[in-house]
Amino acid sequence: MENAFGQPQNVVVFGGSSDIARAITRKLCAARTSNVVLAGRNQKALNAASDEAKDYGATTVSTVLFDAEEPENAAKTVDAAFAAAGEPIDLVVIAVGLLGNQTEDENDAVASLRMATVNYTWPVTALAQLRKLMVAQGHGRIVLISSVAAVRVRRSLYNYGAAKAGLDSFAIGFAQGLEGTGVKIQILRPGVVRTKMTTGLKEAPFTTGPNEVAGYVMRGIANDSTIIWSPPILRYVFFVLRQLPTVLWRAVMDRQ
Amino acid sequence: MSRELLYGWGLTAPGNCEVQTVFDEAQVVDQMNKATHTIARGLGRSYGDPAQVSGGVVLNNRGLGDIGRISDEGVVTVGAGASIHELLQLSTPLGWFVPVTPGTRQVTIGGAIAADVHGKNHHVDGSFSDHVLSMRLVTPTGAHTISPTVKPELFWATVGAMGLTGVITEATIQMIPITTDSVFVDTDRYANLEAVMTAMFEGDVNYRYSVAWVDCMTKGKNMGRAILTRGDHVEADQMEKPTLIGPQPPKLNVPFMPPSGLLNRATVRLFNEAWFRVAPQHREQEKQSLSTFFHPLDGVSNWNRMYGKRGFLQYQFAVSDAHSDTVVNVIKRLSESGVASFLAVLKRFGEGNASPLSFPIAGWTLALDLPIGSPRLPKVLDELDDMVLAAAGRLYFAKDSRLSPEKAQLMYPRLDEFRKIKNRIDPEHKLTSDLARRLRLVGE
Repeated sequence: MENAFGQPQNVVVFGGSSDIARAITRKLCAARTSNVVLAGRNQKALNAASDEAKDYGATTVSTVLFDAEEPENAAKTVDAAFAAAGEPIDLVVIAVGLLGNQTEDENDAVASLRMATVNYTWPVTALAQLRKLMVAQGHGRIVLISSVAAVRVRRSLYNYGAAKAGLDSFAIGFAQGLEGTGVKIQILRPGVVRTKMTTGLKEAPFTTGPNEVAGYVMRGIANDSTIIWSPPILRYVFFVLRQLPTVLWRAVMDRQ
Repeated sequence: MSRELLYGWGLTAPGNCEVQTVFDEAQVVDQMNKATHTIARGLGRSYGDPAQVSGGVVLNNRGLGDIGRISDEGVVTVGAGASIHELLQLSTPLGWFVPVTPGTRQVTIGGAIAADVHGKNHHVDGSFSDHVLSMRLVTPTGAHTISPTVKPELFWATVGAMGLTGVITEATIQMIPITTDSVFVDTDRYANLEAVMTAMFEGDVNYRYSVAWVDCMTKGKNMGRAILTRGDHVEADQMEKPTLIGPQPPKLNVPFMPPSGLLNRATVRLFNEAWFRVAPQHREQEKQSLSTFFHPLDGVSNWNRMYGKRGFLQYQFAVSDAHSDTVVNVIKRLSESGVASFLAVLKRFGEGNASPLSFPIAGWTLALDLPIGSPRLPKVLDELDDMVLAAAGRLYFAKDSRLSPEKAQLMYPRLDEFRKIKNRIDPEHKLTSDLARRLRLVGE
């Protein structure tokens, strides 16, 4: 169960070997988390993340393999992860995403489908199943990794940004639909994070490391904030940026 | 039956449950047969999560509210859902008072037994269950009438077990006689913790009731400055016009939730300072009403809302006299940490009873309210847990909302003994709660 500080005991992480997910898992296990289920597509990477979780204090760690390009299996993956935990789940982290390569993907129908599937279709499918299971549990929390890219779509990242924008909007409605159920969803909007996924991306202002993101997630969980900005200043930066006329917005965000 | 979001008094960690009010034993049996997971709930005054079971069925005992006739010897049979407030309204005019009352009248008799509550008189009279002559308990394997002599093992396993052995439907209690509704109170102010602890250690035996309010925010030589109030019931021949008037309903209310952070370091410090300035250095034989002395916060409904929507918690621990220094070290650690805390309540405990899970152990108990919000708080409290454990002390399940299962097991070394009885009367572990899950008190 979650305690008065929002510290969970039983946790499921989708995309469990990603850098941000691992940083979050480490911090959770250092507090009260003892039972962790890590789901991902690469067993070797999951095993490494499992060992890490144990090093930080988890007593039971299981892994579940899945492919976010197969949304038709998302519900089954969710069921398998909950079954692996064997106990009611206090926290689900969804760290599933694909940055892609805009200039290559935009002329490639298959790649564009993949971007939409991994960043939007799989997560919303999984969320529907999570809603069913967690509302029945009567408690629980979901942390969904969105992105500041969802706030305003830009030319240099529009496949990714548009899919995240869809997911982010979906999650806002999803959050409202959960009122009174004992279940919560919190939307994490990180700026650029130094990870495997963003290798090669230009380091923007307010770039952080995964550990800093995880720190803001812990604080967001303790405060129950529906939107968690990482770093928090991006909330104000993007408040300004989203009002800019397109010409200015593009001059700021798309200068090469 | 309705789906409801239930919280403890601290307004943290809610759980959505099916809530069913129960009116008689047959209905409790029926609900227990149907449910997969269930737990009883009274007035929800436990701070954390013992009276909720997320996704399960919560049996609201308020339908079991009958209060029987009080015998000439002061023995009364009461429905488990009747509150101490309701009982006192009937019994005070007849000259009977509850043998033990916690700091609020707004607890049910079932809850008082389940938490084995204590009051300002534990050093003399023990805890609530020590005055329970018998009770009726519905378990998943049958209903039992139990007492310290009839099925004593199940009786004591139920005491302090936070509802995990079954649903208490009624209890027979030995009340104590009173001839007035007043208490003679002696008040003393002490400049530091050592002085007040010495006074309590040496002088509490001379009073039936004793409690000290301790400031946990002042550092240095005034660390742990305290106001000690001690008293005894006023007898009719000690008063000109003795009266026996029962408690009144609350006059004030907190009708909405102010923003979290209203009670912060600055405002709490101001409050603590004012509290000390108002208290006399020394005053004897001040006459106070039963309500003023025993239940000062019952005058304000929903006072827990003052902490805002993030809520608050209470940290209460007990240690033996051999580890008095732990009380000092805990207050030192808190005052240094800069965490906002209202005046803490310091009390003496007499010997504990036969229950494996009852909280009191002879020595000291300290309880303090802390607002949720300081990022330092979770770690500070984890450190305090270690200090309490090192002193072979324990935390109180009725107050806890953040302990870890490993430390709960160490603090209650007789947990396994309790689990054996639990497995026998509830082999499927139907009776569980969010507290039981969080502290792994029983299996799933």
